[in-house]
Amino acid sequence: MKIVVCLGNVPDTTTKVKFSDGAAFDKTGVQWIINPWDELALTRAMELKEDAGNLVSSVSVVTVGGKDVEPTMRKALAIGADDAMRVDAEATDAYAVAAQLAEAIKDKGFDIILSGIESSDYNGSMVGGMLAEMLDIPSVSAVSGLNLSGSDVDITRDIDGGKEQVSVSTPFVAIVQKGIAKEARIAAMRGIMMARKKPLAVVPAAEVESLTEFVEFELPAPKPPCKMVDADNVAELVDLLQNEAKVL
Amino acid sequence: MSVLVYTENWDGVFKKLSFELVSYATKVAEMIGTSVTAVSIGDVADDELNRLGTFGALKVIKVEGNTNLDNQVYTSILAEVAKAEDAKVVVISHNNTGKAIAPRLSVKLNAAVGAGLIKLPVSTNPFTVSKKVFSGKAKANVVLKTDVKILTLSQNSFEVIEKGGAATIETFAADVSDAKTVVKDVQKQTGKILLNDAEMVVSGGRGLKSADNWGVIEDLAEVLGAGTACSRPVSDEGWRPHEEHTGQTGKIIAPNLYIAAGISGAIQHMAGISSSKCIVAINNDADAPVFESSDYGIVGDAMKVLPALAEAIKEAKNK
Ligand SMILES: Cc1cc2nc3c(=O)[nH]c(=O)nc-3n(C[C@H](O)[C@H](O)[C@H](O)COP(=O)(O)OP(=O)(O)OC[C@H]3O[C@@H](n4cnc5c(N)ncnc54)[C@H](O)[C@@H]3O)c2cc1C
Repeated sequence: MKIVVCLGNVPDTTTKVKFSDGAAFDKTGVQWIINPWDELALTRAMELKEDAGNLVSSVSVVTVGGKDVEPTMRKALAIGADDAMRVDAEATDAYAVAAQLAEAIKDKGFDIILSGIESSDYNGSMVGGMLAEMLDIPSVSAVSGLNLSGSDVDITRDIDGGKEQVSVSTPFVAIVQKGIAKEARIAAMRGIMMARKKPLAVVPAAEVESLTEFVEFELPAPKPPCKMVDADNVAELVDLLQNEAKVL
Repeated sequence: MSVLVYTENWDGVFKKLSFELVSYATKVAEMIGTSVTAVSIGDVADDELNRLGTFGALKVIKVEGNTNLDNQVYTSILAEVAKAEDAKVVVISHNNTGKAIAPRLSVKLNAAVGAGLIKLPVSTNPFTVSKKVFSGKAKANVVLKTDVKILTLSQNSFEVIEKGGAATIETFAADVSDAKTVVKDVQKQTGKILLNDAEMVVSGGRGLKSADNWGVIEDLAEVLGAGTACSRPVSDEGWRPHEEHTGQTGKIIAPNLYIAAGISGAIQHMAGISSSKCIVAINNDADAPVFESSDYGIVGDAMKVLPALAEAIKEAKNK
């Protein structure tokens, strides 16, 4: 069984975002990380591989981006991925990214394709599903559990108001969320050393289109100061919630 | 031409979410000068389907049969209906189901997606939507360049507008037998207000110190008729189930009232709740960052303030 994890390279979650001329994200001074959900996906892929009962032969990672995303790929290799692929294209929108990923992985015989449920930059939640449709294979979304036994796949997905146990045959795309792994793995020193020697292939960009265009960015107006209420006078808070905020 | 809206049902019943979607679709249809067709998949009684008419749907198309969510089957159905109805815009919820279907439909219809919207498009020519980016730290205007567009709407962000119209109901025969996703078991949450549906939410953080202290959260939630939530470390510790974790990597919600108790207000937590209409913070540290992004605050011990607040609300209600 071969697993591939689609990785996004995103600004650290504590980044104060800025835009140049309101038209483009300003990358100056930004720390980059593996998109949090993708990191959980990778963690689960490693756990599945390490459990010898699962017959997972390899875990690969793939991303779309310029040379500047390679440190993030090395991080994934340090966490334990066997090899990495970078499609040398700019990630212009979800559709274009999915199309590049589809081209890059379609003939490689992957059985399980993992993708995070959202990317923390443009918050679209679209890439995994688009990729599955382009590859014409099943997808399961909001996955919070993934187990293998032999060739059987056992998936837990969250539905509005509960959970479902589902199964699906390979190959498929699992779009994963919180719960898929307990905590994201951190690379150990040994992993970091080994990552330097692992293969990181650069795949030329395919001819793809983007369906959307980001034309303008805006920072939200600052919030008015918080109104403080004395701890001994909670009745005043109730009054404010009823008569000022009108939410009670 | 039409605006198509996918209305999800829960055991044959629509939730407020479905009516928000139809109301939204109706406004979008007005903007582009057309009418709304709603699609419903699964067994829903005609009386229930008729309710969609009161929110603006002129036509309701029902697809009966197996209702287990198979992303490919659902996508095929919606694509067929969209083509038959000459849909220019397809409106879907940005909930788990919507996130499962919208991307596949985008590829099938070659339709650009405006994802996770909280308001109407800002213009129809070029078709431009405003969306939150960087987990709420900024907003962006996005042009959708294709002829057909898909808009996914965040829950609780658009008002339900009752217009009092009526819809005609048509049956659409679709092949739903080809499902590749086999559902083996379903565990439904019962007797609890679902976080995504909750109009009020009481949330606890690490400041509550242990799972045993959650009674104060639950009691206040009960008085309010609110849902309960928590910060990430609380669900990581296993004090609360992970469905309650709100924030950037958990659930993103927009209730009318969010009460954060013993939560420091980390940027990743606030990312999930910043769209709440009113945020109340209770924290024993006057310098906790949570106060910077709240509307009302109380500096004090959550274990004392929460029960006092529950009492005060009970009193106010009895007046
Ligand atoms: C990639 C990434 C993603 C993340 N995603 C999320 C996310 O989705 N959601 C999320 O919540 N976090 C997320 N985090 C974690 C986040 O950074 C914070 O660590 C977390 O939100 C802190 O939780 P807390 O406020 O409950 O705990 P703490 O930060 O420990 O705060 C506890 C607060 O309780 C107060 N307190 C203590 N005792 C009392 C008392 N008796 N009465 C009242 N107040 C008291 C303290 O003053 C303090 O402010 C993420 C982090 C990373 C790196």
